[in-house]
Amino acid sequence: MKFYTLSFLLVVTLIGNIAQAQDDLLSLVGEDKPKKERIKYAFKSPRVINAHSMEFLNPGTMDFRILHRFGQLDQGYKNFFGLDQASMRMSFDFGLLHNLMTGIGRSTFKKEVDAFIKYAPIRQSKGPWSSPVTVALVSGITMDGLPWADPTRQNYFTSRLGFYNQVIIGRKFSEGFTLQVTPTMVHKNLVQLATDANDIYAIGVGGRLKMSKRIAFTWDYTHVLAGLPETGYFNPLSFGLDIETGGHVFQLHISNATGMNERAFITETTGQWGKGQVRFGFNLSRTFQLKKPKLD
Amino acid sequence: MKKVVLAFLLFTGTVLTSHAQKFFTKTGRIDFNATAPSSPEKIEAVNRTVTCVMDAASGNIQFAVFIKGFTFERALMQEHFNENYLESDKFPKAEFKGLIANNSSVNYTKDGTYPVTVKGKLTIHGETKDAEASGKLQVQGGKITATAGFAVLLSDYKVAIPGVVADKVNKNAKIDVACTLEPLKG
Repeated sequence: MKFYTLSFLLVVTLIGNIAQAQDDLLSLVGEDKPKKERIKYAFKSPRVINAHSMEFLNPGTMDFRILHRFGQLDQGYKNFFGLDQASMRMSFDFGLLHNLMTGIGRSTFKKEVDAFIKYAPIRQSKGPWSSPVTVALVSGITMDGLPWADPTRQNYFTSRLGFYNQVIIGRKFSEGFTLQVTPTMVHKNLVQLATDANDIYAIGVGGRLKMSKRIAFTWDYTHVLAGLPETGYFNPLSFGLDIETGGHVFQLHISNATGMNERAFITETTGQWGKGQVRFGFNLSRTFQLKKPKLD
Repeated sequence: MKKVVLAFLLFTGTVLTSHAQKFFTKTGRIDFNATAPSSPEKIEAVNRTVTCVMDAASGNIQFAVFIKGFTFERALMQEHFNENYLESDKFPKAEFKGLIANNSSVNYTKDGTYPVTVKGKLTIHGETKDAEASGKLQVQGGKITATAGFAVLLSDYKVAIPGVVADKVNKNAKIDVACTLEPLKG
């Protein structure tokens, strides 16, 4: 009896082994340990609308951007709701590393050239030793290109310059929702009045809500905390739609801001949402792969 | 008597196990190609981290691959592949579990090249479908090089191709698998 039990057990074990082996061979070689993995694609583009986003360009790519800001919608049919006037900025951004990018652009407004460098010491990730947020630092410079307002006085080149520094703290909460805050400091070497401050402090909030795989709703608001005159200036607020086609991202939006660099849109927004002084604008982004990885 | 039978059983067991030689790799390669004939750019990617396990006795063959491990020439294409088409956050892996239909015609102890047909279930993008591929097994010095080509209709796996890229992305993707398998110990 004992013998039968034993042999029965043996046979069962054998059959069991074979059956298991046939069912899942892959489990025999074991799963790899979980690795730290970066959370990618928090935004479709390295810009929310006006502001820098927590996302970076892929290394080895160049983003050619054409930005347009039209006139105020309240101008009515006579100026075709602002479309008769356009201000533009053209820029080239480069992805250097997964957490490092740089770019240069020029705006028609004030014939201003701007450049920046953006670096993320911490990127949102999952797995062991992961971070729940991305922390990115942006440092930029702007250079006004207009003729001197008063050529009779002594003018210095440095008077044309402005600077901005910001920290982006952002998190992609889910596939569809991303939120970031950006404490920012803008410094202008030359201001209009002796009583105006040179340093402007602000905090920005930007986000994305994906509506489908290729369309997302975005918003971008900057609240100026200190440094701007009491009257005449307003906080820039923009709402947009990101539309992704094959190689392009279209960012359509309405905003009270005209400026297309940090100095301009944070410190020189004169439109007021409450009075309908908003305008239509778009960013067109086309990415080129400059450095191709070898596939073979 | 008992001991004799027991020894016999154990022996049979050992023989069966040793005959059931398994082979594996974790560095297999998959080439993915979905370039439409009219497309101006190549839509292709490579993954060199394919896990493949094969049981020579039964002819069972299985492989698994992480979607995020595919490298494209253009990073933006890779982004779209992961985010919009294969949704790699939701469906991180693709898998094939199948059987070599003509396993008996392969002599694993003799060097040579053997044409084979594999049939099984292919899982991509969370969808499992019957799949069949023809390929070959090359036995050489105790190692096996397995190669096979799958033709995959993307709509079978609920991978939608939007109109704007319909002239670039081929509805039929080609998946070429190449694995050099070594004996699995233990």
